[in-house]
Amino acid sequence: MDILRFATAGSVDDGKSTLIGRLLFDSKSIFEDQLQSVERTSRDRGEETTNLALLTDGLRAEREQGITIDVAYRYFATPRRKFIIADTPGHIQYTRNMVTGASTADLAVVLVDARNGLTEQSRRHAFLATLLRVPHLVLAVNKMDLVGYDQGVFERICAEFSAFATKLEIQDLTFIPISALHGDNVVERSANTPWYDGPSLLHHLEHLHIASDRNLIDVRFPVQYVIRPHASSDPELHDYRGYAGQVAGGVLKPGDEVLHLPSGFSTRIKSIEMAGTQVAEAFPPMSVTLLLDDDVDISRGDLICRPNNRPNAAQDIEGMVCWMTADRPLAPRTRLVVKHTTRTIKGIVTDLHYRIDVNTLHRDESATQLGLNEIGRVRMRLTQPVFADPYARNRLTGGMVLIDEATNATVGTVVITEAH
Amino acid sequence: MRSDYLLSQLDVLEAESIHIMREVAAEFERPALLFSGGKDSIVMLALAEKAFRPANIPFPVMHVDTGHNFPEVLDFRDRRVAELGVRLVVASVQESIDQGRAVEETGRWISRNRLQTVTLLDAIEENRFDALFGGARRDEEKARAKERVFSFRDEFGQWDPKNQRPELWNLYNTKIRRGEHIRVFPLSNWTELDVWAYIERENLEIPSIYYAHEREVFERDGILLAVSEFLPRAEDEHSFVASVRYRTVGDMTITGAVTSTATTVSEVIAEVAATRITERGQTRADDRTSEAAMEDRKREGYF
Repeated sequence: MDILRFATAGSVDDGKSTLIGRLLFDSKSIFEDQLQSVERTSRDRGEETTNLALLTDGLRAEREQGITIDVAYRYFATPRRKFIIADTPGHIQYTRNMVTGASTADLAVVLVDARNGLTEQSRRHAFLATLLRVPHLVLAVNKMDLVGYDQGVFERICAEFSAFATKLEIQDLTFIPISALHGDNVVERSANTPWYDGPSLLHHLEHLHIASDRNLIDVRFPVQYVIRPHASSDPELHDYRGYAGQVAGGVLKPGDEVLHLPSGFSTRIKSIEMAGTQVAEAFPPMSVTLLLDDDVDISRGDLICRPNNRPNAAQDIEGMVCWMTADRPLAPRTRLVVKHTTRTIKGIVTDLHYRIDVNTLHRDESATQLGLNEIGRVRMRLTQPVFADPYARNRLTGGMVLIDEATNATVGTVVITEAH
Repeated sequence: MRSDYLLSQLDVLEAESIHIMREVAAEFERPALLFSGGKDSIVMLALAEKAFRPANIPFPVMHVDTGHNFPEVLDFRDRRVAELGVRLVVASVQESIDQGRAVEETGRWISRNRLQTVTLLDAIEENRFDALFGGARRDEEKARAKERVFSFRDEFGQWDPKNQRPELWNLYNTKIRRGEHIRVFPLSNWTELDVWAYIERENLEIPSIYYAHEREVFERDGILLAVSEFLPRAEDEHSFVASVRYRTVGDMTITGAVTSTATTVSEVIAEVAATRITERGQTRADDRTSEAAMEDRKREGYF
């Protein structure tokens, strides 16, 4: 059994909570006491039907206001897979939360109400999912029951979305007509849509091939921690130097020639350990410890790769930034703490090329700053190089978070397009 | 190229947790791991051992002792800590009460659960801990489902759920000022069944009370509570002996048992997989106070 992480986007009105509720319910992941609690609260609030949104809206303020504020994580499993749902709020003021949920997702489900067709919101969700390069996208056309399961309605929405999607780099797109309320095409194929010959949503989630979404070609091993057993009574461990980290790309094997950055020194992998035991190979997302043939001065923030395949040691970064604070805007000359893989350095915004309207994808080149939840293309200069790849090539070596020097708040995120 | 570079869900979760632990060890000066002797903290300690092997775990272990613990669990704690050679810090709720820092609750639902927060925050301050690993999981409770892996606490130990730091990819913001700290939850993405499956796979020892045993209990509000000197009983609350096991391990006064005949890990897994009630709903009296009981306690600085 492996894990599929997926993000759901859409507002409560699109039936997102009902859909999640149904997936959890039909996979027996909602428990009786949770359901009773939701039924009791719904009744106390005078609602006619059980409000499944109460299952996911975990904070007091969310339940009081009937809105989703933050990402909630939900878990369910079928005999084939374990699923982690990042349930993200739909409104534009929570763009940053959707970006957060999408950053680790293998798949995004964007919900559309069949009666309303595509809205600005569905376009925004699709754009954010592709910006964060979620490899698989599902457009779930919901509430098909309310349009009489009309094939024409479904196909019109698919065609409209496909036309919009040509502006985005979507790697894999699937359309599914569903009714979350009645369960059509959610878990089982529905008899109400005989004209639809694709899988149910759950079948798609269960059978999707995700192993090849990881980059298994470019070896990238950011050194996270150096293991040196001090004061060990075992003399064999006296010279032990293990470089611990999580593989961000490629496949490493004992005997492989590797290159250390920033030194440029080459050596070979003596052995790879996982929890003290030797393993034959390491690939993402394994957390391992590398032992090398030569004694090289390696510390946290360095990177191990292959001699003929190295990332750029870059101090000038071009990328798309999502600004995540209302405390102050991002503008040229803004100074920030930058975290990239295991390296924390400082940086300054040198240019803001444009702000993108997340609803229309229009580029506003007259923009002079970015406010909360705004996205734009920037250039940054870093105090020290980072070993970076374009985000399209590797999500882990191509992403950075921005931290405010004064408040320590996480204020933004960068998806790297070019690193020099 | 081989197309099957697949990892099982336990391997993926283990890799993620180890990454989180190494990140803390690398970036904080004085981390500690909260260890209750419960199954989640046992898994967490096993992961810490793996993360730094062959070196020793580079941080101490802290237990917030309510004074109302199951003796089996305290025995287990001391044995495990001795095996690993880690330093144990015990923060005592009884001492907080004796010093007048906390006031014992009275009445039928007497419990030291809430008082733990005072003891915990005092111990963090006294030891100047800047990061604390907790074994909480997001599947446990709806407020926890919203919490970050690296969860910021201000100088009062408070959690502000509406102002959490965004967490992207595997990049965690570890920046804090003096007096503030971070609660770190390496098991965020584990479910109850994952924890049990890992205990089985890794053959981890757990306290005996997790397996079915005969115990004198009484029923209160649908929860089976152990008869103990710490918890006053009403006259009509008659005790009886039943075959039970514990699904969670906490303070004796609020942790309920479930009737069970499971004497092995695989039998426990079969029972857990078949249950239709959540672990906290079945066994935790402390969450029944209100819809937002956990959120409120967390805001105050609870685990």
